Amino acid sequence: MTIAADTSILARRENTSGRLSDFFWRNPKILLLLMLTPPLLWLGVIYLGSLFALLLQSFFSIDDFSGLINYEFTLATYRQLLIPSNFDIILRTVVMAVLVTLASAVIAFPIAYYAARYARGKWKVIFYLGVMLPLWSSYLVKVYAWKLILAKEGIVTWALAKLNLLWVLDAWLSLPVVGGTSLSISYTGTFIVFIYVWMPFMILPIQAALERVPGNLIEASADLGGHPAQTFRYVLFPLALPGIIAGSIFTFSLTLGDYIIPQIIGSSRLFIGQAVYAQQGTAGNIPLAAAFTVVPIVIMGLYLWMAKRQGAFDAL
Amino acid sequence: MRSDRNNAAPLGLKIAAGAGLAFLHLPILLIFLYAFTTEEKSYQFPPPGYTLQWFAVTWNRPDVWAAMGLSVRVAAISTAIALVLGTLCAAAVSQTKFFGRETISLLVILPIALPGIITGIALRSAFSFAEIPFSFWTIVLGHATFCVVVVYNNAVARFRRVSGSLIEASMDLGADGFQTFRYIILPNIGTALLAGGMLAFALSFDEVIVTTFTAGQQSTLPIWMLEELVRPRQRPVTNVVAMVVVLLTFLPILGAYYLTRDGDQVAGGGK
Repeated sequence: MTIAADTSILARRENTSGRLSDFFWRNPKILLLLMLTPPLLWLGVIYLGSLFALLLQSFFSIDDFSGLINYEFTLATYRQLLIPSNFDIILRTVVMAVLVTLASAVIAFPIAYYAARYARGKWKVIFYLGVMLPLWSSYLVKVYAWKLILAKEGIVTWALAKLNLLWVLDAWLSLPVVGGTSLSISYTGTFIVFIYVWMPFMILPIQAALERVPGNLIEASADLGGHPAQTFRYVLFPLALPGIIAGSIFTFSLTLGDYIIPQIIGSSRLFIGQAVYAQQGTAGNIPLAAAFTVVPIVIMGLYLWMAKRQGAFDAL
Repeated sequence: MRSDRNNAAPLGLKIAAGAGLAFLHLPILLIFLYAFTTEEKSYQFPPPGYTLQWFAVTWNRPDVWAAMGLSVRVAAISTAIALVLGTLCAAAVSQTKFFGRETISLLVILPIALPGIITGIALRSAFSFAEIPFSFWTIVLGHATFCVVVVYNNAVARFRRVSGSLIEASMDLGADGFQTFRYIILPNIGTALLAGGMLAFALSFDEVIVTTFTAGQQSTLPIWMLEELVRPRQRPVTNVVAMVVVLLTFLPILGAYYLTRDGDQVAGGGK
């Protein structure tokens, strides 16, 4: 090969850019290295570097008296995660993330199914933009919209009053756990806003999975006597599952790490994100904050591993 | 040969899909209504009256303009950095096979796959460890990190469709590598880069979680809004700003859609 390269048909290029170009053509590895160095420096050094530095700090502890960080390897900070008040935070966040993911799947499925199987031409575009616009529009504006909606003097109370259904709202709010003095300071409110903000991330992967289901498969199921519910249970749902899992990666991860929604719409009980924010900010306990961030990382690691085994990444 | 395309959707499915889309859009429309309300002290519905005065009030607010200006500058620089890094990465990953290729894809996606608060606190503790004071550039550093993935995704999808024989033909006809890049590759991936850049801009313009950790005392538009959300002081001004932000973010999304729609039709058209 080297001989062929040295006695190439074309004359060598004389100008600098030509010579450089020939050099890269003969040494693709060097070109690859040049292309990869800037992004790898940025992501590998700045991003991963800070990430590892943070994780390292979770193995340090904080001195209770001086408030200074004690740079000795210890698992004491992780033990603190298990004390009831901290463990409650983790449990609460995970339960919320699971519920939000399930509810998002239920709401997203009909939209995705309609868009994949029935929407054609103009309607296809309407459905696509109808999902993309809310998905990409401002996160804070979406949260703000729900502050307006769920406020005591807002549209929900107004609509229920018009329908003479205010007693339903009052009964719901008087329930333990999910209730509160108003919707905007209850778990119910937090739950609704989480669904609203993260559900669009569920639609597109489910739609992508459903696009690949041939329509005659559904018909075959019907022809063989399958009731629509059975068709859904045994044909449609298993085929859509990789899409649902792919979408749930987003809803689950985003809910786990969010600290703004529960702060603005919710009771005063903390979620993981808020705990991290409070520990690194006012409390100045970086090791505990770092240990708290390890929880979503580990959960997401397990989740991604499981999703990969289910083939969810093909649906992304 | 499929006959199913003429089937009408079951009524239940139509209602569920329509209700789902309505659930996604009505809250945003409500923001538009509130921008015109005369009520200052609460979120009363229905609004007691309608007025245009808050647009004038917002227009004359220097703090809103300053926050907006900072957000636009941060988004522009972050997008530029993300375009360079994302395109380089996409070109390397899609044009050649090498050891650790999968790892690089994972590395690019990681900043957006992990919750934003982790990126934020990691950068913040790194800044304080290295004694870097908060500045315009610390915000850009955070934003560019998670904007890379958007450009990368768009560029990788397009690179896959640029046929290798085009590049070989260009080389065979005597073009050097730079000419091939300039006249063959760039026109082919241009719209994908523009679309990726627009989405990256929208992402950066809207980002709040990482920014709260890397901004210090500076106020981008989302941080300004967050403060209003936590402690509402000027509700009417916030309403107007929220509406303007919705309209502003619609533009890059629609633009990105029109630039990449042909590709989407091929990939997911259900042919």
